Amino acid sequence: MTGRLTIAVPRGALLGGTLDLLDGLGIDTSEVRSNDRKLLFADIGVVTMRPSDVPTYVEHGSADIGITGKDVLLEQSERKVYELLDLGYGACEMVVAAPDNGDPIADALRRLGRVRIATKYPRVAAAHFAETGRQAEIVEVKGSVELAPLTGLVDGIVDLTATGKTLAENNLRVFERITTCTARLIANPVAHKLKAAEMDAIVERVRG
Amino acid sequence: MTYPIPPGTRDVLPEEMRELRAIGDRMRETFEGAGYGEIHTPALEYEEVLLRGDARAAGARYRSFDDQGAVLALRSDMTIPIARVVATRYAEASPPLRFSYVARAWRATDRGVGEPREFLQAGLELVGVPGAEGEAEVIALTIEALTAAGLGRHRVGVGDGALYRGLLSSFGVPEDAHMPMLEALSRRDLVDLEHQVDALGLEQAHHDLLVRLPQLRGGPEVLGDAPEVEGLRALHQQLEARGVADRVIFDLGLVRELGYYTGPVFEVYDPAVGFTLGGGGRYDNLIGKFGRDLPACGLAVDVQRVHLAQAAEEALR
Repeated sequence: MTGRLTIAVPRGALLGGTLDLLDGLGIDTSEVRSNDRKLLFADIGVVTMRPSDVPTYVEHGSADIGITGKDVLLEQSERKVYELLDLGYGACEMVVAAPDNGDPIADALRRLGRVRIATKYPRVAAAHFAETGRQAEIVEVKGSVELAPLTGLVDGIVDLTATGKTLAENNLRVFERITTCTARLIANPVAHKLKAAEMDAIVERVRG
Repeated sequence: MTYPIPPGTRDVLPEEMRELRAIGDRMRETFEGAGYGEIHTPALEYEEVLLRGDARAAGARYRSFDDQGAVLALRSDMTIPIARVVATRYAEASPPLRFSYVARAWRATDRGVGEPREFLQAGLELVGVPGAEGEAEVIALTIEALTAAGLGRHRVGVGDGALYRGLLSSFGVPEDAHMPMLEALSRRDLVDLEHQVDALGLEQAHHDLLVRLPQLRGGPEVLGDAPEVEGLRALHQQLEARGVADRVIFDLGLVRELGYYTGPVFEVYDPAVGFTLGGGGRYDNLIGKFGRDLPACGLAVDVQRVHLAQAAEEALR
């Protein structure tokens, strides 16, 4: 556990930017790029996983540092991890969207006293509606959130969007922007002390 | 049919119990040998007495009523009960006073996984020795007790819980901006903290210090010669004299969640465990709230986490 750091790397949309970042730090990521089934790359200290698992591995110290989206960190805000850097890439908007047909959310609130919202981010969504003084019924879904309002399951959704293309294709319009989410560098609190030099070297190089 | 126990609690069977007992015994022997007599206080206390110690620290959310309608609460740490004991049972005794404990405490958890609701703490409290001398004694003895318990690579992080707040005040940052900044610091959300510092429009040197400080950790070199960390430099000298300075990491961004700390704060780490093993600090106003004004400091570790580290240490040999 001394010397080099173990890095939790997110698969999916943030993978490309993250591997570019690691290349810039002098870590040879060619094996990660060429093998999308392998998960553990011990010789370069990289473990790959779903972005939403990164805080878990880092919190428990199985990885010393990790990269994941701010959306994941907002949803898992109770995780005891340090947030060291905004890495800037992977920018997405967390938005409230609804069918592009009048204002279904305002209509539901006015007539029914509450709005139904589907999301993969139940805590972020609940907090947003609570902070804006509106009653919301949060429906957690795992797959394509865009489907939920089209079938009448909900009035609107809270989701992450990069280009807005998927929303538009499903005839959904952005009504509110909650926050911008970028990739973040997070660290295990104990490793932050015991491997300070290794960690600072990375932070310094990324900050430039 | 299952017969569950509450998340965050556990049954301990004989094999594990023997090992936990051995760790507790070795730590207890170290503490007793240094003059820290073991103390027992009731698990249940009157809630209003715990609240007098500290509204947040007394956040034991397990409450009950007795037949008189008084609110009873399970203690959430041993420091407040010992402060009560010192002020009431040792009202006339001349300091210093030294106490140790291996005892259970209870805290509410926000989620079930990993975070214990009931935990066994081994710790010590040193009453009546102000400043670096007292802090060094507590730190050195904790390191020694953990070595006795079978650890070999443990370290103690030392910071000053009042440092950042003091800097904010001296840089003229308005009071209402302090809480969100200290809250970001305590989570070590350095991205959020930097945004908040940016928004203050401070002069460059002050801005940079507020951004860099939470990253400053390491040996005595991180202390520099700033007057604000005079107390930590004195502590380093005392630790050197006790031969444990190389086991201590100064961490200028360290703050502890409990509200009663007034100066230096401590955390205990082992490379085998991703969580802190425990923590403590100086609390010079706490005993005074129970009627006897005495400076004090203390440190406690979670015995089950020490056990995790000790098992990992054994596997290395």
